[in-house]
Amino acid sequence: MSHELTRTLSEILPQIQGYIYPNEIEVHWGLLIVVYPYITGIVAGAFILASLVKVFNVKEVQPLYRLSLLTALAYLLVAPLPLLSHLGHPERSYEMFLTPHLSSAMAMFGFVYAWYLMAVLLIEIWFVYRTDLITWAEEESGVMKWIHKTLALFSRDKSESALSFDRKALKTITIIGIPSAFLLHGYVGFIFGSVKANPWWSSVLMPIAFLFSAIVSGVALVILFYMVITPLTGGKINMKCVDKAVDFLFYAVIVDFSLEFVDFIHRIYQSEEEIKILSEMVMSKLFMSLVIIQVLLGMVLPLGIIGVTKIFKKRFNLNDDLRKMLYFISVLLIQFGIFTMRWNVVIGGQMFSKSFRGLTTYKMEITGIEGLLYALLLLVLPLVILTVLLKVLPPWKEMREEGKDLEGGAPGALPAPEG
Amino acid sequence: MSSRRKFLRDLFSLLLSGGAIGGILKVLPSSALAKEAPRKGKWYGFGVSVDKCIGCARCMEACKTENNVPREPFYFRTWVERYIIRKDGETVVKAIEPNAEAVPETSADRSMLRSFFVPKLCNQCADPPCVQVCPVGATFQTDDGVVLVNVKTCVGCRYCIQACPYGARYLHPETRTADKCTFCYHRISRDLLPACVEVCPTQARIFGDVNSGASPLTRFRRMNKIHVLKPALNTEPKVYYASLDGEVR
Repeated sequence: MSHELTRTLSEILPQIQGYIYPNEIEVHWGLLIVVYPYITGIVAGAFILASLVKVFNVKEVQPLYRLSLLTALAYLLVAPLPLLSHLGHPERSYEMFLTPHLSSAMAMFGFVYAWYLMAVLLIEIWFVYRTDLITWAEEESGVMKWIHKTLALFSRDKSESALSFDRKALKTITIIGIPSAFLLHGYVGFIFGSVKANPWWSSVLMPIAFLFSAIVSGVALVILFYMVITPLTGGKINMKCVDKAVDFLFYAVIVDFSLEFVDFIHRIYQSEEEIKILSEMVMSKLFMSLVIIQVLLGMVLPLGIIGVTKIFKKRFNLNDDLRKMLYFISVLLIQFGIFTMRWNVVIGGQMFSKSFRGLTTYKMEITGIEGLLYALLLLVLPLVILTVLLKVLPPWKEMREEGKDLEGGAPGALPAPEG
Repeated sequence: MSSRRKFLRDLFSLLLSGGAIGGILKVLPSSALAKEAPRKGKWYGFGVSVDKCIGCARCMEACKTENNVPREPFYFRTWVERYIIRKDGETVVKAIEPNAEAVPETSADRSMLRSFFVPKLCNQCADPPCVQVCPVGATFQTDDGVVLVNVKTCVGCRYCIQACPYGARYLHPETRTADKCTFCYHRISRDLLPACVEVCPTQARIFGDVNSGASPLTRFRRMNKIHVLKPALNTEPKVYYASLDGEVR
């Protein structure tokens, strides 16, 4: 018997408001399940950003193309870990692949995940890097030569016809990839949205709201990475690219905000059986994380900042450094906002009793597998993987060359001085 | 080229054919999985007479003992709720604690409009959402209509706990698998009554076969006006309540 669990639950007992079913005292999906949709959302969002370049030919965000693909991969590799760690019997998880129960939304995770990783992301990255891998393998020696040679799967064809095939393949994969990315995160929303027992989750809008918040978090994170990594590696931030990406981010946040707002209005107007307990929950347990952080700090404030920046950029020729700082603050706020959105969905859905008569409390542990430290580790792990990926598959040259064309007649030295 | 074209054409016609469509429909859950009460064979159900329950909590005690349910007050296969509805409309609900001191005398309390006890347990739904969501099929419905959990295959993802509208499930702290009322399946398969039914001093709990004309459950359903919990969710519960108050959820 886990004494720690018993102790935690006993501490929660006096904090229960009203009546909850006795089995509901334990919050079953904790911090790890908050981390899971946050991480998958970034994967889907980063991929959508990449597809802007390839499918919709948005030339300005070209410097972000490879970075967003690598970001998507780094996060996708970590995505199953929180789920796996959360299982009561992780050693049995393979059963979901071998004998999946077809009516279960959760059983589909493995297939959706494998499809996205194998059929979309890895193939796309391979085609993007194939020529470079061959070139690097030719120029290098030692271990890196063999790593790159193996990663290129020992292909050596750099002829014009091979390159044109690469381009064609990339376009096809990206076109398949967009619905796949939608599937990946819409599916995560469906896991929650299809639980009819839980009125906080059960909503047809859930997959769509998850999708747009995924786009928001992915695009914001890639912009953040670009703004941090570029100066660190001696490059110059291409403001045209950032402006354009932030434009997209701005519209995605507006759509996301509208969706959540529609959901909110709909619930209040319909005013069903559960509305009393849900409003009580929002005004007490979730007030800080939902009203203050998610909506005000995570959506309204960054929308305001970006909106003001967009207006003043044209009127007063707002200086680049100030704009950089404002963007930086906005994408950081948006990240926190989306993370708390996942928190409010997952934890919020378990704060109220299904008897609609009471509220319980979630007590976050610090250590242990469900604890804060482990969750932080899972959030840092993609950064480590991304660092390795950036070492093995450096996107720098393209990031700068592709950016250079946009500077408009300033094809200067690569590590241009700050300005 | 022609063979590829032929392959694509064949594939297209296969997709259009009834076989593929039938296969897809089979995957679509509720319609395919909803089990009608079979005409023949056993189909177990449960009756609760709300008016007869005196809140003695012997059923809770018997259940914990019979099924080795953890003693801590966070794990219950069955529990009893006490409702107090006051004249001003306020409703107070509490779960009875076993071995607690006697409930204080309330007849002098003038603010009280009505009060009663409601035993709760797994509703053994005919269309169980917990079975639908289990990713590995560890939670399943037996041919006689009882929803069970296979301790050996449950991965402990707790999706079923989230999907249960009645709060009937918990994660067993020792096995780390989902656990819930089984109607005492080990007892009923030997023609014994579930432990809670056996010990109930007022016969507020009735167990039996829905399909049998002679079962106590059939008599119970004939003699009473029946209601089930949360019927709007279409889970088709097989725990039938007589004299259930509208305040009960």
